[in-house]
Amino acid sequence: MKELLSGNEAVARGVYEAGVKLAAAYPGTPSTEILETLAARYRSVYSQWSPNEKVAFEVGIGASLGGARTLVAMKHVGVNVAADPLMTFAYTGVNGGFVLVSADDPEMHSSQNEQDNRYLARFAQIPFLEPADSQEAKEMVKLAYDISEEFDTPVMLRLTTRISHTKGIVELNDPITPEEKKFKKDPAKYVMVPANAKVRHKIVVERLEKLRDHSENTPLNYAELNGSKVGIITGGVAYQYAREVAPDFDYFKIGFGNPLPLQKITDFVNAHETVLVVEELEPYYEEQLKAVGLKVEGKKFFGKLGELSPYRVALGMKEAGVVAEISHPEIDAESLFPRPPVLCPGCPHRGVFMALRKLKVAVTGDIGCYTLGTLKPLNALDTCICMGASIGSAIGMEKVQGAEKGVVAVIGDSTFFHSGITGLLDAVYNQSNVTVMILDNRATAMTGGQEHPGTGRTLMGEKVSHVDIPTLVKAMGVKNVREVDAYNYKETLAVIEEEIAREGPSVILTSRPCVLMPKRIMDEPYVVDLELCNGCSACFRISCPAIAAATETNKYGHPKAVIDPTLCTGCTLCAQICPEECIILKSQFVKA
Amino acid sequence: MSENKFDILIVGVGGQGVLLASEIISAVALRAGFDVKKSEVHGMSQRGGVVTSHVKIADKVYSPTIAQGQADIIMAFEQAEGLRAINWMKKDGIAIISRTTLIPAIVTSSKELHYPEDPIAAAKAKAAKVISVDADDIARELGNPRVVNTILLGVASNYLPFSVADWTEAMKSKIKERFVEINLTAFERGRSIKLDTVKA
Repeated sequence: MKELLSGNEAVARGVYEAGVKLAAAYPGTPSTEILETLAARYRSVYSQWSPNEKVAFEVGIGASLGGARTLVAMKHVGVNVAADPLMTFAYTGVNGGFVLVSADDPEMHSSQNEQDNRYLARFAQIPFLEPADSQEAKEMVKLAYDISEEFDTPVMLRLTTRISHTKGIVELNDPITPEEKKFKKDPAKYVMVPANAKVRHKIVVERLEKLRDHSENTPLNYAELNGSKVGIITGGVAYQYAREVAPDFDYFKIGFGNPLPLQKITDFVNAHETVLVVEELEPYYEEQLKAVGLKVEGKKFFGKLGELSPYRVALGMKEAGVVAEISHPEIDAESLFPRPPVLCPGCPHRGVFMALRKLKVAVTGDIGCYTLGTLKPLNALDTCICMGASIGSAIGMEKVQGAEKGVVAVIGDSTFFHSGITGLLDAVYNQSNVTVMILDNRATAMTGGQEHPGTGRTLMGEKVSHVDIPTLVKAMGVKNVREVDAYNYKETLAVIEEEIAREGPSVILTSRPCVLMPKRIMDEPYVVDLELCNGCSACFRISCPAIAAATETNKYGHPKAVIDPTLCTGCTLCAQICPEECIILKSQFVKA
Repeated sequence: MSENKFDILIVGVGGQGVLLASEIISAVALRAGFDVKKSEVHGMSQRGGVVTSHVKIADKVYSPTIAQGQADIIMAFEQAEGLRAINWMKKDGIAIISRTTLIPAIVTSSKELHYPEDPIAAAKAKAAKVISVDADDIARELGNPRVVNTILLGVASNYLPFSVADWTEAMKSKIKERFVEINLTAFERGRSIKLDTVKA
């Protein structure tokens, strides 16, 4: 049977077909749909969201040692969080097959950096496989489990956004039942104290040599010969771009990328006049090929930044002199206003950023929808580094510049569970005068509203008790814990002001749920009384997508405001800040 | 349009149904026995940002994204987004643009940024085959503002090699049952709009 599946859905299908027993992950674009698909369609695989990628990885280690085929999945920066267990699990090796999916995000469609995790696989000295479409993604998952078990190693499956989020045709197969295994006590293999780890490190080095042989022989690394003098070495989605723009060249496609099949590639290079390396992001292949003296070029023509595309690859080939003419776009681009993502109408984060903007304090930010608080016209978030960084960096900033200027950390509920708790412990322990705002909207909103320890539900839909954040932070020793309704602008502003002035760390929790998930919130909309509106534009500056410029203008020619009733959720914020009090409930307006 | 290759770029703003439209085109291409790839970016784009979906249909598809300047058809659910995407199209490609206007808060609250006066006229100045569709009006007339995407699919269907029966089946497989009827009507309305039926 054939089906159109995204790369992520195909990975989930491969996991199911490979007889995997457990999958654990933390949501992160572009990896999220792997676990969502497992939970929705393949219930024979126990799947769970963990609070962060490190825990997910460790849950996976336990499952593998317990004898089960195991999947852990995360976005590229999530692997940084899980790097600690990864580096040493590479030493112990597995029992049941273990696959780590790293979904990289070239172009940073929804990420803070575009690191190339092929290097992390090499750093950990584990093999990685890289598919070029959905069909390969599914097949490679199954091969990855065989490799993991044959060579006793975790295996990385490296995806990129265009693989994860492209749908293509996939042939489905029936699932297999892998050999039943149990946990066997083996401290020399699994207890990484120095004496044991020294032995295991030697095994890792020897394993890498065996994997090198495998890389030379696996059908995942192959040449496609068309009798051309030009050879292209490529892998992943870059293969597809190159193959489309230059179908007549010879190709060496790398599907098994660590260690590289250097002998096979050397033969390929020697058989061609010109050889180019087409790879996205870093010169991972190119550097290794140049290091063994092969005459290849790549980054010089194709660049290291962002995503490749058919056009970029064509331009690079022209610059390299292997193609004479390429087709350029015939229509000039139009330079237009930007349309960045914005906080939704009714988003409970909006009132928080309006207050923080007013107070002109330093705001250390975190990863989530609320990172959008940095954009114009809110301009109220000053840093964003990684999951959980808001609290630690607020502490450091407050220590050097003093509390009187005010330092506020903003962090979402899921991010707080992920890696904010330890930051807050630091604030308590080191007596920091920071104000930590936990924007608790009861969802992992940015990635699509996934469950987490605070929602009271699991990925597979089980009802569980939820972690109560006020109880948790009080138990950690925070004495000043306040809750505010972020739809109440004056209250929010006053509470933040009070807590900034207070000695010791404060926590302010906002309580309104996400307007989209789990339930779409739509209360009675508000309207603008255009007779009273004087076009002051105060409501434009709260950056609500429901508020637009009316065709009517004031005497200076500035537009008055109009509210789209299909978008307005009735959150009341604009009505609260309108100096003319001309934003009123729709039903009241009709009466008047 | 070369014989067996159809590169379709669908653009709009988060929440307008870009992804459903590309799902339906992919499903109809699969039914008709073509190779198909459809690529889009999730995440940030859900929050009112630009949403772009690439659908590639051919006997064998390699790149998941369309090469700049190679799109055979552009479907735009918002007129400024249609103009923004116009350089992705081949010079003789077809742009189907809804007259929908969505001005983002970043423009409304700014003195420097402006929404173009007439994006469709600007698109027509650049490309020969631009079909402007009053999709919002038609949708309102049909009683559901959310069928703009199927109206545009109907227009696009005139330039794609699939039967109405295949389109109907594809829509039935992707649209919730109680909305199927109105979407089929919207599709039919769109199908009556062609390049030569639109006034310049």
